[in-house]
Amino acid sequence: MSDESTDDAQRAAGESTDDAQRAAGESTDSTQRTGDESHDETVAPRARADHRREGLEGPTPGERPVPRGKRNSQGIRIDPEVEAEREPRRAVISVLVAHEPGVLSEVSSLFSRRQFNIESLTVGATNDPERARITVVVEEPDPGIDQVEKQLRKLVPVISVRELDPDAVRRELAIIKVDAADPSEVAAVADMYDARTVDASRETVTVEVTGSRQKIEGAIDTLGQFGVREITRTGTAAQARGTDSTAGTPPAETTGQTEAAAAATDGGEPADAAGASDDGEPKDATVDDATTEQA
Amino acid sequence: MVGVSERAQAAAESEAEPATETDAESATTDASETAADETTDARTPVTTGAQSVVRSLENAGVEHCFGVQGGAIMPVYDAVFDSELNHYMMAHEQAAAHAADAYGIVAGRPGVCLATSGPGATNLVTGIADANMDSDPMVALTGQVPTEFVGNDAFQETDTTGVTAPITKDNTFAASSDRVGDDVGEAFALAATGRPGPTLVDLPKDVTQGDTDREPGPATPPDTYHVQERAPADAVQDAARTIEDSNEPVLLFGGGVIKGDATEAAREFAKEYEIPVVTTMPALGSFPEDHELSLEMGGMHGTGYANMALTHTDCLIAVGCRFDDRLTGGIETFAPDAEVVHIDIDPAEISKNVEADHPLVGDAGTVLTQLDAAMDEQPSATKWRATCKQWQSEYPMDYAAPRDEPLKPQFVVEAYDAATSDDAIVTTGVGQHQMWAAQYWTYTEPRTWVSSHGLGTMGYGLPAAIGARIAADAEGKEDAAVIAFEGDGSFLMTMQELAVAVRENLDVTVAVLNNEYIGMVRQWQDAFFDGRHSASDYGWCPDFAKLAEAFGAKGIAVEEYDEVADAVQESVEYDGPAVVDFRVDPAENVYPMVPSGGDNGQFALAEDQL
Ligand SMILES: Cc1ncc(C[n+]2csc(CCOP(=O)(O)OP(=O)(O)O)c2C)c(N)n1
Ligand SMILES: [Mg+2]
Repeated sequence: MSDESTDDAQRAAGESTDDAQRAAGESTDSTQRTGDESHDETVAPRARADHRREGLEGPTPGERPVPRGKRNSQGIRIDPEVEAEREPRRAVISVLVAHEPGVLSEVSSLFSRRQFNIESLTVGATNDPERARITVVVEEPDPGIDQVEKQLRKLVPVISVRELDPDAVRRELAIIKVDAADPSEVAAVADMYDARTVDASRETVTVEVTGSRQKIEGAIDTLGQFGVREITRTGTAAQARGTDSTAGTPPAETTGQTEAAAAATDGGEPADAAGASDDGEPKDATVDDATTEQA
Repeated sequence: MVGVSERAQAAAESEAEPATETDAESATTDASETAADETTDARTPVTTGAQSVVRSLENAGVEHCFGVQGGAIMPVYDAVFDSELNHYMMAHEQAAAHAADAYGIVAGRPGVCLATSGPGATNLVTGIADANMDSDPMVALTGQVPTEFVGNDAFQETDTTGVTAPITKDNTFAASSDRVGDDVGEAFALAATGRPGPTLVDLPKDVTQGDTDREPGPATPPDTYHVQERAPADAVQDAARTIEDSNEPVLLFGGGVIKGDATEAAREFAKEYEIPVVTTMPALGSFPEDHELSLEMGGMHGTGYANMALTHTDCLIAVGCRFDDRLTGGIETFAPDAEVVHIDIDPAEISKNVEADHPLVGDAGTVLTQLDAAMDEQPSATKWRATCKQWQSEYPMDYAAPRDEPLKPQFVVEAYDAATSDDAIVTTGVGQHQMWAAQYWTYTEPRTWVSSHGLGTMGYGLPAAIGARIAADAEGKEDAAVIAFEGDGSFLMTMQELAVAVRENLDVTVAVLNNEYIGMVRQWQDAFFDGRHSASDYGWCPDFAKLAEAFGAKGIAVEEYDEVADAVQESVEYDGPAVVDFRVDPAENVYPMVPSGGDNGQFALAEDQL
């Protein structure tokens, strides 16, 4: 690696300052530096009374060997020739939490303080009164999505975390208020999107539409022709399909924490893994291409 | 999600049955087991929430705590009055938090600090944030206005759980007198379990004053908290093969080695496989710096040889470290040729900053033992070790100290090291003096280096020395010296705590490396701001020796090389707090230096290389 066995004196002489020359003129063997001027070695072994210089000795940065490799800004080793960062993708993460005060603020403040890019966050009750489910849609490159999941797991009231499969059921809801100049036209368009009229006045019609983001965006777009007055939208609520469990209810034996439980999962799986993170594989799906059935 | 009153109701409803014998036994830690067995019957039963708070601390084996009184915390202090706890009344709550933090570092068990609501709690904040950044075990108990006033901007009301949520491992607003003791037990267990950290329990006055006859259960973490102790066997095998196949391996020990009590396992691993060791700053003392495999500290002000090794290694085995930017420099140039084996108890640290090729989540000591069992042979690294040796001779840490120039600060650090035993404890403020204390003291034992790393809190040194002294005494290390290296600026931030050190007659030495400068800032201004010394030049400092005398401590002032050894001796031997004001060279700079975001391999040895 550094076969350039540099000679101290030579190097010092190369630096043309007076100080360096003085240093070079003197022996570098500390045992010969005795006499009145030197410091007591038993008090300060590294003090050099006979050196007069700023900083420390050694080969300068330009004289040192350099490594071949490189990492990208995400800390991943890369081929220095091809600069590559991973692209962001959209992921739906389902989080089961203890239904207690402060959890929502803990989760949302985690997102802001770690600068995670969050698209929507919804929270609601589950069939267990002591648990709530938070569904977050994030847009991050892969290492970031991994971090989101791990940081969520660290919060003490969080019970389990998983990224949902691309085919999971995902729904949003929008309430759209438009001008009532042509109510029958509005009704016809609403019908196309399975939307229901939920309120009407002489001047306005309000419809409610449920479905994928794609569908809702389509509805808003089309209803736009009547003059949209107000829109209220929710984030994504999502659930795994079939017998697959959404951010899982952990089986009873994994709820006991501490050493004993951890030792029981000797294989090294995190104790909450059972129902939580069965899909370690990165998914490429986005919300948009996921749910198509209702169009 | 639910309001305070609903929460109180929920807590009341979910009131657990008193723990059965078996529950208590299976779940307690050693310390609390004995304490609980001996005392449950002997002690007077609790009658109030405050008493159950104190009982919970006693059950957890707490002997010492630090704090400042005030309205909302008075019920708790009233219960402390009757207890076995030794309470140290600090001059400022920040110091209470730092003292508790240092106690936790030295004792390896959570330190405890108390403060009242409002300003008491906010004064703790810096110390809590400091403990959080450094993963130090600590429990903060704060008073709060009575529950019915919460949310009304009552006198001395602060949303303490809100303020501290991002800087604690976990915090709790105590909702009922029956449960508050368990809340404290849970906080204590959480602070110490897994990756340690500070926890906080906010104690409304009505909750601590309220009646309860419920004895708190043993300190156990909540059900939702999980820790993985062992790494998966196949991942361990893969990592072992990578290490065996490497030719330029480096072990990078982080603070987790010390916090996880893995020092022995880590040392054995390094020696058995003859792998050179670099430590992060919090890991000073994890590996003996006088051992031939030690390359000492890496990073911004690490040694040249440590940074050369980090830059050129082909296999970096990182144990309990979080790849902080002061260690890595620019991430693009950090160990760019290395396969990374990363052992950490916190899965979120894996691939957070540096991608781990071999993530091994688990307890540091356990995983090192697993790894040792999986290894069949040493890596072939004879040549590499010789290269590291060569770097050690090429980049010596010798400093110029001509006698006709002002006293060099490094000299003072070396002199204290020479005058004290290996178990002496060093604490520091933040700045140049901290770096010299890290570089020029030869650390050989864990829990002897107590500093503010992640947060970089000026003023940490003296309060930390107080906590460290009390912890050392509690651990039977009465003879270990405690030396606080302080900067003039850092010392001015918390020097009022000398009052506590004198009152309690604590044997600590404050060595002020007085350069009459915000020296670290001055160094950066010289390097990066055209030498414009904006707000970094004190020009005038108080006479620290006289100030020490005014507090009732011993005060010594030193200017000459020839006075150093005697002053060091006198201050170390003095039985009580001593302050030595060393007037050091204001122009001295810290080297080596990797500028922020720079390339570790291109560290500067002098200003013209920056
Ligand atoms: C509480 C706090 N405020 C400001 C800083 C920024 N800062 C870092 S080092 C430093 C100078 C410290 O001066 P001194 O304690 O005299 O140490 P020196 O560098 O001179 O040894 C300052 C202001 C800090 N780290 N902490
Ligand atoms: Mg200074």
